[in-house]
Amino acid sequence: MKNLYKKLKQKGLSKEQEETILKELAMPETHPQVVAAETQSKSFLSLYDFNDLDIFQSLKTPDKTLITSLQTLDDLLERDKKREEDGFPRRIRLGKYIKPGKDTKEKVVVVPSTTEPKFYHDDSVTEEQETTGGTGEGEEGEVIAEEQADPQEGEGEGQGAGKGSGGEHEMGTDVFDLGKILTEKFQLPNLKVKGRKVSKTKYQYELTDRNRGFGQVLEKKETMKKVVETNIQLGRIKPGEPVNPDELVISPRDLVYRILSKEKDFEAQCVVFFIRDYSGSMQGKPTETVVTQHLLIYSWLMYQYQNNVMARFILHDTDAKEVPDFYSYYKSQVAGGTNISPSYTLVNKIVTDEQLAKDNNIYIFHGTDGDDWEEDGQKAIEELKQMIGYASRVGITIAKNSWTSADSETVVEKYLNKSNLLKEKPTFIRMDTIVSEQVDEARIIEGIKKLISE
Amino acid sequence: MELISQHTKKIMEECKIRASAAGLVFADETLEYIVTNRDMLELSPKVMIPTLYDYWVHDVEVLREIGKYKLYPHNPYETVINSRPAISFYNDNNPDWLNIMIFYHVLGHIDFFQNNLLFQRTWNDDFVGQALADKRLIESLRSQHGRWVDYAIEFSRSIDNLVGYFETLPKKGFPEDMEPSEKVSFYFYIFLQEIKKVSELELFNEIDKYNKLVTQNPSQADEAFFAEVRIKYPEFIPVFEKNREKPKQECVDIMEYIRDNSPFLRKEENVWMRSVMNIVRNTALYFGPQMRTKIINEGWASFWHDELFRSDDRIKGNEVAYARLNAGVTSLSRIGLNPYAIGLRLIQHVEEQANKGKICTNFQLLKGIEERENFDQKTGKGREAIFNLRSDFSDFTLVNTFVTQDFTDEHDLFVVGQRINQQRGTKEYYIKSRKAEDYKEMLINTMIHPVKISVDERKTNDKNLYLVHEFENRQIYKPYIPDTLIGIEYLWGAPVQLETIEIVRTQTKPGEKAVFELRKILYTSKDGKVLKVNI
Repeated sequence: MKNLYKKLKQKGLSKEQEETILKELAMPETHPQVVAAETQSKSFLSLYDFNDLDIFQSLKTPDKTLITSLQTLDDLLERDKKREEDGFPRRIRLGKYIKPGKDTKEKVVVVPSTTEPKFYHDDSVTEEQETTGGTGEGEEGEVIAEEQADPQEGEGEGQGAGKGSGGEHEMGTDVFDLGKILTEKFQLPNLKVKGRKVSKTKYQYELTDRNRGFGQVLEKKETMKKVVETNIQLGRIKPGEPVNPDELVISPRDLVYRILSKEKDFEAQCVVFFIRDYSGSMQGKPTETVVTQHLLIYSWLMYQYQNNVMARFILHDTDAKEVPDFYSYYKSQVAGGTNISPSYTLVNKIVTDEQLAKDNNIYIFHGTDGDDWEEDGQKAIEELKQMIGYASRVGITIAKNSWTSADSETVVEKYLNKSNLLKEKPTFIRMDTIVSEQVDEARIIEGIKKLISE
Repeated sequence: MELISQHTKKIMEECKIRASAAGLVFADETLEYIVTNRDMLELSPKVMIPTLYDYWVHDVEVLREIGKYKLYPHNPYETVINSRPAISFYNDNNPDWLNIMIFYHVLGHIDFFQNNLLFQRTWNDDFVGQALADKRLIESLRSQHGRWVDYAIEFSRSIDNLVGYFETLPKKGFPEDMEPSEKVSFYFYIFLQEIKKVSELELFNEIDKYNKLVTQNPSQADEAFFAEVRIKYPEFIPVFEKNREKPKQECVDIMEYIRDNSPFLRKEENVWMRSVMNIVRNTALYFGPQMRTKIINEGWASFWHDELFRSDDRIKGNEVAYARLNAGVTSLSRIGLNPYAIGLRLIQHVEEQANKGKICTNFQLLKGIEERENFDQKTGKGREAIFNLRSDFSDFTLVNTFVTQDFTDEHDLFVVGQRINQQRGTKEYYIKSRKAEDYKEMLINTMIHPVKISVDERKTNDKNLYLVHEFENRQIYKPYIPDTLIGIEYLWGAPVQLETIEIVRTQTKPGEKAVFELRKILYTSKDGKVLKVNI
C-alpha cells in the first residue's frame, strides 16, 4: 500500500487527496472477520431489560414469527398502503436479519417491523461511548474485557430484526419473499428477460418425491407418523395410556415411499457481481448502506429470476479479492486504502475466464464512498467500458461518509461524469449518490429503483 | 390461562402468613395463573395485562433501535401486575421450592405496589377491570369508525410518554403556604420578566426588597410592597386584572391540553377520539410509577424473597438449588447493570447503616475512614429505615441519596467504559472510574427521563398549536420528530409547531476533542409536511 502511495505521490496529489490517503494509511491493514455478533454486549442491557418472568421462570417473551402473528404480512402491507392514501407516512419496515454463522451460509429472515415514534432524549451526539456498571478488582483505566469490533456496530442492529429474534428460515425462501415484496409493494420494476438468453432446462430423474401406497424406497419415519395418526383416529392409541404396537392397524395408505420423479435442472440465468469497497473510510454508515442495498438487490434478482441467480462477491481496498459467500461479504471489517480499478479488473477477468457473458444476464453493483486514490480514474473507466460491453446493468452506489460534504463531488463522481459514460449509455450504467448519514429504508429502495429501472 | 392448583395455592397462602408476620402489608386476595408460552405470546406485547386494548403494533416486531439512543423506555414486564386483586403468572412445571421463592418475591412486589407513594393513584381502582371496559369501548368504536380508531390510538400513543405523571400525584404533604400569592407570582414571573423585561439586577433588587418586607412584617408585606409598585408601575393592577380574567388552564400535560382544547376534537363527529385519548393516557399513567421504581421494587422483592425463603422450613433439601438460582438473580456482574443486584445491595446497605445509626448528620460530617467504619450507635433502626424506603422512595431518590463512596467501595463497584482499539481491531471494556459520583451519574443516566414539552398558550390558537421543549442538555431524537408532529397535527386539526434546541457537533477531525454548538430550531408541521428552520 505504501508503495502505491509513493507512486501516486510522484505523479502529484492534491492536498485533500493526500489527507484522505494518509488517514486511511494510519488505519489497520487487515480486515478481520467478525465473529460472535450474537454474544455482543449483553452487558449493555438497560435496567429495564430485566424481568421476573425471564429470570425466575425462563418465561421469555417469545419471538414473533409471521406464522404466529395475528395478522399476515400481506394484511400489514395492505394497511400500510392505506396509510399513504389517508395522508400519513408509512410505518411498516422490512427488517432484515442476517444470521451469523459461517457454516450455515447466509440466512436471511424477513421480519415486518415498525417503530413507534415519540419524543425521546438522544444522547448519541454528545456521548462518545456508552457506559455501564461493573464490579470486582482492578485499577482505573485497566482493560477488563474485549471483543471483536463490529463494523456495523449499533447501526447494523437498527435495521435488523430487533432484539433476539431469529426464526429458523432458510435463505432461499425468505430472500425470494423479500424480493416479491420489493417488487409488488414497493413497485420495483419487473425485468425484461432478454430473448436470446432463455433458460436451459433439462430433466433429470431423482428420488425426491413422496408417494403413498407404492414407490421405490420406504420412508420409515413418515410411515410411522401416518400409522400413529390412523390409530389415534381409530381410538387405538389413547393419550396417557401405554401403546401396544401389536394392536396397531396399518392401512396400505399409511405407507410412504420415495418415488422416482422428473426434476427440472436449472442453470444460472443471471450472474450478479457485488463489489464492496471495504477501505477504512467506509467505517459505519456507508458500509451499512451499501450492504443493505446489495442485500435488497440480491433479493429482487432472486425473485426476478426465480432463484436462478449466481451471485459473486468481491471486496476491495487497494486490492480486490473474491469471497465465497454473502456472510464473508457482509461481515468483513473495513480497513486499508482505496483503489477501485483492481476490483473492476477482477470482474472482467472472471467474466472472460469463465465465459459468463455468453449465456447469462450479468449485473454488476458496486458500493463505495466515492473515494479513490487514483484520482483520474483512467484505469477504472477503461475497465468500466469493457463491462458495459457485456453487462445488462452496472450500478454504482456512492454512499458519502460523514466527512464528505453533501454538495461536493467525490473523486469517483468526478471521473465518471467526466467520462460521459453515464450520459452516453444510460441503459447500461447508472449511478446513485446517497448521503449515508441521512439514509433510511425508503431512500435505499429509491436508490435501487434508480439503479435498476429501465 | 388457568388458575394454579389447590396444592400450589395452599403453599402461597402459607407464604402470605409468614410475609405478614415479617411486616409486609398487602391485601389478602390474590390471583395466580398458569401461563404457557402461547399465553406469553399474547400477553407480552400487552405488558401482561390480559384485558388491554388490541392494537396492530402489538402484532409487529417493534424495533427498539438499541444503541442509537439508550433510553427507549418500554413498560417493564412483571411476574405480578398491579391490579385488585393482584394477579401473578407461573410456569406450570415449577417445583414447589421454586414457587415458594417466587411467591415471596411476588409478595414483595405486591407490598411495594400497595404501599409506595408513587402508586397512590392506582390504589383505588382495578386496572384490569378498567382496561376491559376500555377494550370493549375501543372494539365498538372500531365497528363504527374502522381504521381511524387505530390512527387515534397511534397518535395518542405518540405523545403518551409526555403524560404529567408527577403532576397527577396527589400533593400529599405539599407545603401550600410556601407558594407566593397569585399577585406576587404574576408580578415577579410575568410582569417584570416578560412584560417589562427588566434587567436581572433590577429584578433581584425588587425580590430583595420584597423579601425584606416579608421578614419584617409577614402579614402586611404584600400591602406595603404593592403600594410602592403602584407608584412605580401605575399600569400593574389593570394588567394583572386583565390577565387574571383569562380562564386558568387546568391541564397538566399536553395530552390533556389537546384533548380539551383541540378544535378538531371539538367537532361532533370527532368527539369519540377524546375517549381514545383518555384510554391511552390512563394506561400510560398506570405504568408511570412502575417505570420509576424498577431498581427499588426489584431490590425490595429480592430482599424479601431471600429473607423469608431462608427462614422457611418447607424448603429443606433444596438449599443448593435455591442458592444457585438466587446467585444468578442477585449477583453483581463483572460488567453490566442488574436492577435486582443493585437494588438489593442498596436496601441492605441502608438497613445496615440505619442499624448503626449512621443515617444522621453527625456521621456525615466524619472524615476519617476508620472513624466512619467503627461508627456504631447500635440504634437497631434498620428495619424501620427500609420500610420507610419502601413507602417514600423512587429509583432516583434511592440512588441519589444512598450511592455513596462507602457503598461503591464496599461492593467494588465501578463505571465501565468502552473504546475501540484500532491496532487490535477490538472493542475494549475498561474501568473508567471508581468514584461514587460517576457511578451515581451513570446509574441516573440509565433511568427513564421523559422529554418535557409544554404548550405556549400565548402562541396557540385554533389555527396553530405551539409546543416548547424544555431543554435539559439533551436533544430530542431527531428522526422521530416529524412523524410525531404529523400525528399531533392530526389531533389538533391545524398546524403544529415545536420549538426545541439541537446540539450540533461542529466539524472536528477524528481524535480531536468534540466541540458542540446549540441551535434553536422551530419545526412546523402543516398539511402533513414538516419544515425545520433555525430561529
